[in-house]
Amino acid sequence: MIRVVLPAPLCSLADVAREVTLEVVGPPTHRGVLDAVEAAYPMLRGTLRDQTTKQRRPFIRFYANERDLSHESPDTPLPQEVVDGKEPYLIIGAMSGG
Amino acid sequence: MSSVRVLVGTRKGAFVLTSDGKRKDWKVSGPHFPGWEVYHVKGSPLNPNRLYASQSSGWFGQLIQRSDDGGVTWAPVGNDFAYASVPGTHQWYDGTPHPWEFKRVWHLEPSLTDPETVFAGVEDAALFKSTDGGGAWHELKGLREHGSGAQWNPGAGGMCLHTILIDPTDADRMYIAISAAGTFRTVDGGKTWQPINTGLRSPQIPDEDAEVGHCVHRIALHPARPKVLFMQKHWDVMRSDDGGDSWHEVSGNLPTDFGFPIDVHAHEPETIYVVPIKSDGEHYPPEGKLRVYRSRTGGNEWEALTNGLPQQDCYVNVLRDAMAVDSMDECGIYFGTTGGQVYASPDGGDHWSAIVRDLPAVLSVEVQTLR
Repeated sequence: MIRVVLPAPLCSLADVAREVTLEVVGPPTHRGVLDAVEAAYPMLRGTLRDQTTKQRRPFIRFYANERDLSHESPDTPLPQEVVDGKEPYLIIGAMSGG
Repeated sequence: MSSVRVLVGTRKGAFVLTSDGKRKDWKVSGPHFPGWEVYHVKGSPLNPNRLYASQSSGWFGQLIQRSDDGGVTWAPVGNDFAYASVPGTHQWYDGTPHPWEFKRVWHLEPSLTDPETVFAGVEDAALFKSTDGGGAWHELKGLREHGSGAQWNPGAGGMCLHTILIDPTDADRMYIAISAAGTFRTVDGGKTWQPINTGLRSPQIPDEDAEVGHCVHRIALHPARPKVLFMQKHWDVMRSDDGGDSWHEVSGNLPTDFGFPIDVHAHEPETIYVVPIKSDGEHYPPEGKLRVYRSRTGGNEWEALTNGLPQQDCYVNVLRDAMAVDSMDECGIYFGTTGGQVYASPDGGDHWSAIVRDLPAVLSVEVQTLR
């Protein structure tokens, strides 16, 4: 199970706590996590990545293990600590707006 | 007993303001969707408890929210606004080609004949339709593909389709307006479109009376005379008496003919309202005086309405979707400002008061008359 921390506005939208736990089907990758988020919470479709191109929205970032993983390929395997549930996968709204 | 419900979209959420028919005491509900930009909220004329809201953010993109209980509770519905074909390019601010990209929904227009049908005007400019209450959206691509799209260009607010008018006598006949492309008409329910900008003159574009390229800020009609159209253009207040085939200027004695909203009295088809703004560079009222101007002659002859509005040191703007009228026996007029005030007049504009004063910047105002 993967621990995923969502941005606060999306927690309100999905009516969930800040951290959710999800099972990722197939290899644990960025794509797999986002697929799992959207499957569990369909109202979040389009808020993290484009619904057609699947490209990350510009102001969405993915962090784990104190590293910015946003620019990795969607099919890059997740860090083992995230796969093991020791560290959360952080989905962040980028600092913007003053 | 009749009542009114005012639906306010702001930079940081939506608000629902309610009052009885006297329109003196108001209840404020909100913010709904706090922190999100709400460009527009509008109710179905067939089912007044069915409301749609356009909720968006620079971080998380576009959502559509629907309420089936008059705005007490909301649920997200479909938000997949995919262009129906390769969208190509339009003109960018510097005249170069720029790829068409979906950014947000500016305006939601529920059908006058089917409570499950709703139209969405979006940036970059296109018209979408849902026939299942906002669940699935499909583009009416005949507008974007009608042939002049490569010449459309964004106004300062973006290349937005911001106005959708449906002819109450013929659901297949609609008018839309795009900034900065102009006004377009369909007579076949949105399959094909024709630009209707003859008579507009815009010195800001190379050919000032071009077929497209005009920065139309808003158009309005009265349901009893759906072929009489009124327009607030970037500069100039215009009128058409032939369903948009031709336009003539009716700015008359306005102190400035720049502005954003325009609306029509609910019971008097020749009584119209605008809010003059100093200029395209100075988006505030002339002389710091917030004045609505009313014409009872369908244009040209205008009177300033000031009773209850600030007449000194007022430097707010009133955006294009931020004026509405109710249909009570004595028509109420409403508008919201970028300073967060929503003003109402229960007597056609003679007297005004702020029904709420310190909201985030107001993007849109709609009103429902509930009987």
